[in-house]
Amino acid sequence: MTFEKILTRYQEIPGYTGTFDEYVAHGGYQALPKALKHMQPAEVIEAVKRSGLRGRGGAGFPCGVKWSFIPKDSAKPKYLVVNGDESEPGTFKDRMLIEEEPHQILEGVILASYAIGCHQAFLYCRGEFVRGAAVLRRALGEAYARGYLGGNILGSGFDLDVVLHRGAGAYICGEETGLLESLEGKRGQPRPKPPFPAISGLYRCPTVVNNVETLSNIPHILLRGPEWYAGIGPAKSTGPRLFSVSGHVARPGNYELPMSVTLRQLIFDIAGGIPNGRRLKAVIPGGSSSPVLTEQHLDVTMDFDSLAAVGSMGGSGAVIVMDDTTCMVRVGEIVSRFYHHESCGQCTQCREGTAWLHKVLRRIEHGQGRKEDLDLLLDMCDNMKGKTICVLSDAAAMPIESYLKHFRDEFERHVRERACPLGRGMGD
Amino acid sequence: MISEATQKRCGELVERYPEKRSALIPILHEVQIEVGYLSPEAVEWVAGYLGLSPADVMSVASFYDMFSLEPLGTHLIYVCQNLTCAMLGAEKLIRHLESKLGIHMGETTSDGKITLKRMECLASCGTAPSIQVDGVYHHQVTPEKLDALLDDLRRD
Repeated sequence: MTFEKILTRYQEIPGYTGTFDEYVAHGGYQALPKALKHMQPAEVIEAVKRSGLRGRGGAGFPCGVKWSFIPKDSAKPKYLVVNGDESEPGTFKDRMLIEEEPHQILEGVILASYAIGCHQAFLYCRGEFVRGAAVLRRALGEAYARGYLGGNILGSGFDLDVVLHRGAGAYICGEETGLLESLEGKRGQPRPKPPFPAISGLYRCPTVVNNVETLSNIPHILLRGPEWYAGIGPAKSTGPRLFSVSGHVARPGNYELPMSVTLRQLIFDIAGGIPNGRRLKAVIPGGSSSPVLTEQHLDVTMDFDSLAAVGSMGGSGAVIVMDDTTCMVRVGEIVSRFYHHESCGQCTQCREGTAWLHKVLRRIEHGQGRKEDLDLLLDMCDNMKGKTICVLSDAAAMPIESYLKHFRDEFERHVRERACPLGRGMGD
Repeated sequence: MISEATQKRCGELVERYPEKRSALIPILHEVQIEVGYLSPEAVEWVAGYLGLSPADVMSVASFYDMFSLEPLGTHLIYVCQNLTCAMLGAEKLIRHLESKLGIHMGETTSDGKITLKRMECLASCGTAPSIQVDGVYHHQVTPEKLDALLDDLRRD
């Protein structure tokens, strides 16, 4: 599949390091003067709406629509917050964009801020991204020095300050209101919604939270036009998407593709298929929160709606491929351990549910499972979904339900044989 | 107890935000670098600096994995234990480190040189199994690579 790289075109430029001068030399910062001089903020929002761009963080919400929720008549300051807290297991594309093409993000930040009337934006960078934060700091310094940030940007009269903010290690801060709490110096506990951040977000002011990859698309949409952008991929999942492919594939990595690519093409053509003569067993298509798919789903296209139609989701674009040596109970044990560790603890269903899911999956994997545990797991999942302040609880329950749905016999064998039939399946 | 250079950086951090409290997490990072961990005295200093109670600061510090309320070794090794890394040998690496250093994950060697910690997904699944040593990524890690790395850290 040949596809013109857009967000990752820098990969084809030898020796590229993502400095201001390199970004400009290769066509960067062209959308910005065009928009500041020739477009009203409302026209920028309209163009992004027409492009069909959907959020790349996990939920897939239309970006232009999110921007349009910011009240025009509010006297309060408006804020843009960049979600660079990438931590959905399997996902490694935002870290790449941060480390390798930071000015593409900054150009998106300036354009988005102009559109929503924001004069102070915050870049929330995951705490573990030590190099990423250093790269962003350098890029911010360059942008201020060249007049692309600060007062009267490029003589347009538009002012914008951008503050780099490092997180400190908590998955829940990727949830937008958890992130806002964290940015306010608190525990990253998500807020009840409504009010949504567009009405009452950071410091109780109208706020847009956008993912790093989402914002990286903005300069291209404004430079080449929303119609061009909307022409890429399926009608309701437009534009390029970065897929992080990992696990049992010959060529793991980030691949930029239209969402019309099928799961089969992604695994077998793009990522080189399953190595060591093994067979495909299962694949997680959108980060560890997404329900698992199997061989019967390989012809699904990787757009938001088609993945939802087969019972999973596009999520963060992280595709984790598992071969037939993988034990699905062990996968459940690892995934549930993660959500148990990351539950912020404020809702009972999630705090208790994630702990019990892990406990029960662990005992099944270790040969101490009971016959009734399988239905017990499903009952717990049912009690965890749609009942909490944020969706971490759902994200913990949905994958486990899907493992039971597609691999129930494997769970039953663990209980019957009082051991993992695959020898724990992961070399341990 | 907190150096003037760090206090100056904390002052700059507070200036960046519309509300002072937003500087709490960045300041905890700075103080942890200086003190080596978030000691009760360090927490008290931060609380006093921002006009918060020590309990309030503790509640935040204890929420985030990167903050340590106990002394850390000179070098900090994070081993990713999440799905892709586990599929490609993370538990083998954990066992290797534990037996080589004679400590468990979460502990520090008795000479105070190395702390081991399990970490959730480090966003480096394309090059799994991955670890981070003092903030620097190491990719497709093997027991042999770990041995070479530990030799380097011990030489410091």
